[in-house]
Amino acid sequence: MIKYSNFEDVYKEAESRNKKLYEICELIEEQNTEMSVKEIRSKVKKNLDAMEAAIKEGLHSKEKSMSGMCGDDCSKLLEMYKKGSKLFSKTYQNVLTYALATVEQNLRMGKIVACPTAGSCGIVPAVIFAIAEALNVDDEIRINALITAGLIGELVSNKIALAGAVAGCQSECGVAAAMASAALVEMYDGSNEQILNAAALTLKNILGLVCDPVAGLVEVPCVKRNAFLAIYAVTGAELAMAGIKSVIPIDEVVDSMQQIGEMMSPRLKESSEAGLATTKTGLQISEALAQKWKSE
Amino acid sequence: MEKTKTLFDVIGPVIIGPSSSHTAGAVRIGYLAGKIFGACPKFVKFRLYNSFAKTGKGHGTDKGLLGGVLGFDVDNSDIKNAFEIANSLNVKYEFEYLEDYNRHPNSVDIILEGENTPKMEISGISVGAGEVKITKINGYKFNIDGDYNTLILIYKDKPGMVYRVTALLQSQNLNIASMHCDRNNKGGEASMGLCIDAAVPEQLLSELGKIDEVYLIRNLKVLKK
Repeated sequence: MIKYSNFEDVYKEAESRNKKLYEICELIEEQNTEMSVKEIRSKVKKNLDAMEAAIKEGLHSKEKSMSGMCGDDCSKLLEMYKKGSKLFSKTYQNVLTYALATVEQNLRMGKIVACPTAGSCGIVPAVIFAIAEALNVDDEIRINALITAGLIGELVSNKIALAGAVAGCQSECGVAAAMASAALVEMYDGSNEQILNAAALTLKNILGLVCDPVAGLVEVPCVKRNAFLAIYAVTGAELAMAGIKSVIPIDEVVDSMQQIGEMMSPRLKESSEAGLATTKTGLQISEALAQKWKSE
Repeated sequence: MEKTKTLFDVIGPVIIGPSSSHTAGAVRIGYLAGKIFGACPKFVKFRLYNSFAKTGKGHGTDKGLLGGVLGFDVDNSDIKNAFEIANSLNVKYEFEYLEDYNRHPNSVDIILEGENTPKMEISGISVGAGEVKITKINGYKFNIDGDYNTLILIYKDKPGMVYRVTALLQSQNLNIASMHCDRNNKGGEASMGLCIDAAVPEQLLSELGKIDEVYLIRNLKVLKK
């Protein structure tokens, strides 16, 4: 029986058994559900397949969302990259386009994996698939990576609900980025300590991010934020792989996220009553959509 | 009780977007309502409240609810085409958009009418991350979230009814995880929602059906998650 309530417990458990964090996560899941480790891994593989399908479909679509606000940004990036990128590598391009492809599938009512939420669904798949391609790793490594990501999200969600309405976007896209950082370090075969440092560094630097979507829809600023935070997650992993440590341990970062979430005004928590949602342009869009939908 | 989070709550579920609360949650409420109604309806009316009403069209809440009533799961790519599919099945539908801040931000009433099935009104809320609750059936309070096999009974309010039902469950060695009762008035009609740890066998349902004072029985299977 593994007793755990925070990252420190799970880390100590892993170190004392000489196991990776994803292995402890598998054992915890086995303990909490009626699935065997083999069944758990095969279900994770299914979710990876769904992520891959969303990326593939998303890369070939320009279909706009029902509001018409978003949906063709990925195609714009791809168009530019066809002409050759000026600065960055193919892997960097893939992180950006995979994130947009996934989250645009979401807004056009395509099939996605909420990871941890629908609005943040592009971040983890973008990092896992773009880097897996670059490192040329097999399914097993990708499964280990997604389980590592899941462990981060699960332990955060034991303390705080992963929902913009509860703690702002820090608990959706912010947590997704921390999950992606951890997954990436696992793919790099980093240590347990490096995995937790990556998650801590990433989460720490996104604290306070509010949820202020225009017209209450999962589009502005959510779509582009997925691309930004996917790259940002890579930064967290790179720092951790170099041995850079988060001065504040991950458990304490989560505690402060919870505190900040509680202090955040409800107007900045998915209610669209402040921030970008109530800018001049945000209100104009919201009003125009209300008219459009009334007339339909 | 708070539910234990599992790995697949965080790296899943696989759903049709764009919103776990406003799309996937809507599908699940519709799905449960359809199962509680127990037949393919001829006419469905949806009254959406508050955030569901304001942002529903942009989130496909309308399509999700209707698709759910038609029996779609949260990952069914046809949710997007729910209107066309309902039309082809001759299911008429209507949406009303309302404000009532005494209600949960993501609330809906679903009124279902069928050919040989009595009209039903079922209310639900989407509480976040795709999790939902059926809060009312025909005016009676319930608390159904699809995490358990759930027995729903409406029956005459008189002494001994809870005993008769639970005795039948005990005879099959079925354990009750939670139960919730309500009634309209003393000696009138009452309702019971029972969350059961295992699947409820057909034979038990027919035994329950033999009790004269039981007017309605539904057996909801645990939701695929």
